[in-house]
Amino acid sequence: MSTTVVNAETETKTWDGGNQPLQASYGKMMMWFFIVSDALTFSGFLAAYGFSRFKFIDAWPIADEVFTHFPFLHGVDAPMYYVAFMTFVLIMSSVTMVLAVDAGHHLNKSKVTIYMFLTILGGLIFVGSQAWEWNTFIKGDYGAVQTKGGNILQFVDTDGHRVALKDFVTSDDHAARAQHEDKNGLWFVSEGTLPTYSVDEVLHGLEAHENILVRTQTLTENGEKTVLSRAESLEQIKNNGKLVVEGANLHVNEYGSPLFADFFFFITGFHGFHVFSGVVINIIIFFNVILGTYERRGSYEMVEKVGLYWHFVDLVWVFVFTFFYLV
Amino acid sequence: MSAHADTHGHDDDHGHHHKETFVTKYIFSQDHKMIAKQYLVTGTIMGVIGVLMSMMFRMQIAWPEEPNVLFEALLGKWAPDGVMDADIYLALVTIHGTIMVFFVLTAGLSGTFSNLLIPLQIGARDMASGFLNMVSYWLFFLSSVIMIISLFVEAGPAAAGWTIYPPLSALPMAQGGSGMGMTLWLVSMAIFIASSLLGSLNYVVTVINLRTKGMSMTRLPLTIWAFFVTAIIGIISFPVLLSAALLLIMDRSFGTSFFLSDIFIQGEVLHYQGGSPVLFEHLFWFLGHPEVYIVILPAMGLVSEIMASNSRKPIFGYRAMIASILAIAFLSTIVWGHHMFISGMNPFLGSVFTFTTLLIAIPSAVKAFNWITTLWKGNLQMNPAMLFSIGFVSTFITGGLTGIILGDSALDINVHDTYFVVAHFHLVMGISALYGMFAGIYHWFPKMFGRMLNKNLGYIHFWLTAVCAYGVFFPMHFIGMAGLPRRYYTNSNFPLFDDLANVNVIITIFALIGGVVQIVYLYNFFISIFYGKKAVQNPWRSTTLEWTTPVEHIHGNWPGEIPHVHRWAYDYSKPGHDVDFVPQTVPLKDGEEELQH
Repeated sequence: MSTTVVNAETETKTWDGGNQPLQASYGKMMMWFFIVSDALTFSGFLAAYGFSRFKFIDAWPIADEVFTHFPFLHGVDAPMYYVAFMTFVLIMSSVTMVLAVDAGHHLNKSKVTIYMFLTILGGLIFVGSQAWEWNTFIKGDYGAVQTKGGNILQFVDTDGHRVALKDFVTSDDHAARAQHEDKNGLWFVSEGTLPTYSVDEVLHGLEAHENILVRTQTLTENGEKTVLSRAESLEQIKNNGKLVVEGANLHVNEYGSPLFADFFFFITGFHGFHVFSGVVINIIIFFNVILGTYERRGSYEMVEKVGLYWHFVDLVWVFVFTFFYLV
Repeated sequence: MSAHADTHGHDDDHGHHHKETFVTKYIFSQDHKMIAKQYLVTGTIMGVIGVLMSMMFRMQIAWPEEPNVLFEALLGKWAPDGVMDADIYLALVTIHGTIMVFFVLTAGLSGTFSNLLIPLQIGARDMASGFLNMVSYWLFFLSSVIMIISLFVEAGPAAAGWTIYPPLSALPMAQGGSGMGMTLWLVSMAIFIASSLLGSLNYVVTVINLRTKGMSMTRLPLTIWAFFVTAIIGIISFPVLLSAALLLIMDRSFGTSFFLSDIFIQGEVLHYQGGSPVLFEHLFWFLGHPEVYIVILPAMGLVSEIMASNSRKPIFGYRAMIASILAIAFLSTIVWGHHMFISGMNPFLGSVFTFTTLLIAIPSAVKAFNWITTLWKGNLQMNPAMLFSIGFVSTFITGGLTGIILGDSALDINVHDTYFVVAHFHLVMGISALYGMFAGIYHWFPKMFGRMLNKNLGYIHFWLTAVCAYGVFFPMHFIGMAGLPRRYYTNSNFPLFDDLANVNVIITIFALIGGVVQIVYLYNFFISIFYGKKAVQNPWRSTTLEWTTPVEHIHGNWPGEIPHVHRWAYDYSKPGHDVDFVPQTVPLKDGEEELQH
């Protein structure tokens, strides 16, 4: 019966069936393949972002000039400090997640509870920070003028420091430009919020202040934005100015190309949605841990599975962070 | 989580039968065999709709702008006085493409046979997660319903072509179908992608984890290899379509400019700036090309299995078949640019894509030759399944040869967006995959319903379909070469094409006959479910595991223990055996060696 012996031998091989060749339950493997799939969705977005950015390589907003705020510190120029903090929090939440998974392996319920709680806390801080970041970006700080061609003109003083519109423009006829409201006729027509100033007012302000110049979005060879001369500045605003832009939204962006804002809102939003879902799932698992579901089951594999997802979301953030803020 | 998820070891599970109500047995079933049938029936209904649409727009091309009672009856306000409206023509073409590619040949084909055959052929009680499997089907059902609903939208269904290039798809005011119709299209596809993802996850992990003892990867039937790799391609490529669709939804509904740059409509400038429609093409075709392999690979797997069984010979070049499936899967992800040679893409990039595209000819040819050599000197059983398999090889080669022309950027530019392309892809993936699906249905119908399909109706179905398919698509090569563009509502405004009008009439006549012939099949299918000849356990005398299960379906597939596997799936006409097939469950005899496949 030598054949039987041979058969028995071959049947112990990894891929010969009747076992789990990757030593992983089907649920864990599904999570891995889901992550592969989700990673490709993000790759699609980031590839599209790269494609668009290279198209406007000489006019893309400089991240250091956009994300300069820090909560509770007004008027302080702190480029990247807050996003660094957010990233740190998210990565620390990954660390606590690892510790939770490890505690799960040792069936240590109380430790899993603590570390899951910290992970949830980290996720919530991150999502909250992102909301704050969005809010700051939407409000904007200095204001700018959009040209007929869709370019952005910003204002600087002779030393090259940014000047906010409110510092040199005075609004005189604001009352005359009544906002359309749905209660006075045409209830189905809506109008977005009017900018604080009109282009004419900006022009008057510019004419009255000798020391203010216009800066275009075009980058020089040194990677800095081009500053126009006094005469050019006046001419640009006079002939090409179309719209006063304050802050950023999906249509306009005071920092430069609207595509920057489009991609920023969409990709960080999509990622934020993932973090938010992760937090919700973590909370569900957290309560299951407290209720002792996994202790009865004798396995904390569910914690491991959500851990995989959580690490993936963190990893994606590392890429988003790199592409939007660093390079 | 399914009770059957990890029942690999415990065999007592089949013993306790849950009280099954009508709802849990036929509607919210978690049994893979029932889900397979659900996919098949839904796919068939969608297929009928898709084919009807093609018959309608073919009539318009053959007899442009002539009144037609059929149009008046079916299209209503879209055919005033029976003359088809140009907008609905575009919509019909779009929805025909969408339905056939995604709902029939992706979900209908892969969904049906992956679900039916994966657990049965690898020796598993059910899919890894029966629950997710059920969710996957119902998401597919939901997306089908939404796609059908979109046909009844006031301004018309999506009409930007199945590739939905912006700006037609991105500006709600661009054409009638760009409004609500397009929105529903996108919603339907997003749900479809979710369904496909859940299905694929299940197929992959089931094949990895739930093979029975002895079922090594190189003993798997080629069907399983094809489904396995198809599922992996789906996991990799569909999410990129999801990215494109989400960005498109943002452009449509929230005013972003991802795919739109400066656009004037009726003298008014829109606020969009900076985006690029070519970006959409890249994202779309990163899915779009692998998608044709998602369609064709399962058909290839089914055909390999049916051919070996009906030639009473081992499949020729088993390992080469696996290698070529893997090679095709890999290459399919790096060739998408060949759809974009005239998009304004960098010509150098075009030549790179030409190179990678032509490389696919190698594994494809390996497969074609292996099928032919499998037939060579075989003891051929010419049943309908076998005929459709041979038909598959025929159309795959015919369509594949024109693929070499279209894959070459220098040649493609001349025939791009003409009927030459239509002829190519319909033969190589449309008709071929449909033949594969028909072959599979004729072959595994006894496994699905416990009854046989009528053989003679099957012959009629095959021969008329085969003649009509070539009758439709062969002449299209010539009118395409003559420059006739695809997607045109009428060509009567171009005297240049007057000579081609007769050819178009012939094509349409073949298309109409070919469409009507499918009634034979539908009749055969639905009647045989109830009145067909009762099937025996192993009607085709095949070696694979699914024929060791009882004819009556039971939960858990095998009444006793799951059989162990001792040999590969293709021991046909093996010397030293009394019968010309040795099932995989038969242990090797003393001194017998497993074939070095």
